[in-house]
Amino acid sequence: MKYVDEYRDAATIKRLAAEIGERADPQRTYRIMEVCGGHTHAIFRFGLAQLLPKNIELIHGPGCPVCVLPMGRMDVGLAMAEEQDLIFTAFGDMMRVPGSTGSPLESKARGADIRMVYSPLDALKIAQQHPDRPVMFFAIGFETTAPSTAVTLMRARQANVENFYVFCNHILVNPAIRALLEMDDMRLDAFIGPGHVTTVIGCDAYRFVAEEFRRPIVVSGFEPVDILQSIAMILRQMNAGVAKVENQYSRAVPWEGNPAARAALDLVFETRAAFEWRGMGEIPDSAYALCDEFAAFDAEKQIGVHGQTLPDPVEAQCGDVLKGALKPCDCRLFGTSCTPENPVGALMVSSEGACAAQYKYADVTISIDR
Amino acid sequence: MAQVAFNDKQISMQHGAGGQATRRLVEGLFAPAFANDALNQLSDAATLDINGNKLAFSTDTFVVTPRVFPGGCIGALAVHGTVNDLAVSGAVPLGLSAGFVLEAGLSTDELRNHVEAMANAARAIDVPVVTGDTKVVEHGGVDGLIINTTGVGLIRADAQLAPERVRAGDRILLSGPIGDHGITILLARGEVDLDADLESDSRSLLPLTSSLLERLGGDVRWMRDATRGGVATVLNELTQGRSLGVLIEEAQVPVRDAVRGACELLGLDPLHVANEGQFVAVVSAECCDAALDALRQTPGGEEARFIGSIVDDHYGRVVGRTSFGAKRIIDVLVGDPLPRIC
Repeated sequence: MKYVDEYRDAATIKRLAAEIGERADPQRTYRIMEVCGGHTHAIFRFGLAQLLPKNIELIHGPGCPVCVLPMGRMDVGLAMAEEQDLIFTAFGDMMRVPGSTGSPLESKARGADIRMVYSPLDALKIAQQHPDRPVMFFAIGFETTAPSTAVTLMRARQANVENFYVFCNHILVNPAIRALLEMDDMRLDAFIGPGHVTTVIGCDAYRFVAEEFRRPIVVSGFEPVDILQSIAMILRQMNAGVAKVENQYSRAVPWEGNPAARAALDLVFETRAAFEWRGMGEIPDSAYALCDEFAAFDAEKQIGVHGQTLPDPVEAQCGDVLKGALKPCDCRLFGTSCTPENPVGALMVSSEGACAAQYKYADVTISIDR
Repeated sequence: MAQVAFNDKQISMQHGAGGQATRRLVEGLFAPAFANDALNQLSDAATLDINGNKLAFSTDTFVVTPRVFPGGCIGALAVHGTVNDLAVSGAVPLGLSAGFVLEAGLSTDELRNHVEAMANAARAIDVPVVTGDTKVVEHGGVDGLIINTTGVGLIRADAQLAPERVRAGDRILLSGPIGDHGITILLARGEVDLDADLESDSRSLLPLTSSLLERLGGDVRWMRDATRGGVATVLNELTQGRSLGVLIEEAQVPVRDAVRGACELLGLDPLHVANEGQFVAVVSAECCDAALDALRQTPGGEEARFIGSIVDDHYGRVVGRTSFGAKRIIDVLVGDPLPRIC
């Protein structure tokens, strides 16, 4: 398969692994965070950490939108579905995410009208097919999926659809990276930058990482060759004592991103003063809300909810895992009361969540020892 | 049998998806209630000893949306599904029953099409449908129709299939490319805007299992059709609770480009996707080549492959090894495969 096979080629992968081995200075450690959940998934799926020298540590960042969604937001969304008899639509990723009274799948089993969609446009289509019922799209994702929500809202306004609402949970990647970099116990040396987000926001958006915090960041593709090449590029920078933004994923990511998509974002959304991230607390300027012009479509403004929301369970150590302070398997709930089938924390839900990824694909010896 | 607790408050769709939730329901609720020697094996078909004749006995109920899809329909599926459960148990089917639950309002033309597809599928493999039952429920009571088929078969004298006979060093074979059925159904639902030149692999496995047993006899240790939950799930069931592990050579697993492409886009693992015409066989290491030969010389078995081995390592686990040597755990599917988008 073109664009896949050449990036999974065994000989290339082995050559890159050897190159990384040679470049890595045994006198020091390299703590590299992959911000994006897609990278976390690929690292585990292909066992890439097994190819690296012991002193290169990959830390799985907060880049899985499902994982960082506070449980209370899910509660609000499900309360809308159950109290207001509306059609609740969301991506498949969301279907097993636990709220305090269960997941959308469980809510559906109790009778709520919960539907999986592959695009917000599908949700709009459902609204047009059911003009007598309110239809809500549970919008989630970084700048990657936000443009499709924006375009959907522009179309809804153009077509005067009056029964379509968006519950906006779109979040922004750079405020989270900044929050991590400003933490007291921060020990990250470099970042593997998110590939898909960068197709929208462009590489210059990360200049603060290199210039203000002196950390290398390499925007990376999602195949084994991409990720290993990015790690090699990071090592090259670190060994030379420089910190800059580089783009390994140039076959998909133009340096300047996608100005048309950013224009759609600017038109439809405004930045919230702060937004809660699961495990990281409130992060300033880190999420989108619908701007006043689109208030008629804003589920938070138009749909009243009386349901109570509960805070995230305290015994789960999701926050420490997200900060890179704790490995997933060292959380006190990992693999015992928190499993992919019965997730306590959202990191266990999505296959991009650090915990689910480790549970599913972990280094075989680690999991057998446990 | 290890005790499994089933404490879920209500039934949800994932209890029917063939993964871990289904397993808990079956082993935690049904099996304890009916416990007996034949059932406790929890295999595709129960084995009954009737005056020295070994019979295989299996039942399956079919619901699928849409009811007609490229490469098949619910009628043909209902015959193939039960016949395949008997076939991988080493049996030659003697007869099938057919039970129908029909929704008031279902068109006769559609019903006739499904029934004719069943009849054709049964005739093609020379298995008579010998008894049946019909119920009609109110409109909305079921979605169109549900078909149950039950089959009885005579276990071949040359078959000695049992998971306990599987040992380290044995080879794992796959009858052909995986994921065709699951991805065909996903695309046929029209929810994803993807087109692919793909059809369901719904077919009888009887010719393949028969030629394998004829050629190898007792050197075939175990067979299983990889339906819901896919190849990953049946291999996990094989290793569970046993002092052996499974090592899959990922590059050897045959997957068509269309299935791979859809799985890449939707974040699914082909090893978790359903098949209706592929099975996994474990054979002795010495007979691996002969087994592949037997399968490949049988029509429909041309793409059979060696995909891995039983190992004396990582007990109870299925592990995949990539072409560049890294390993990962291949777990049981949890609930339905959910596409990954955001």
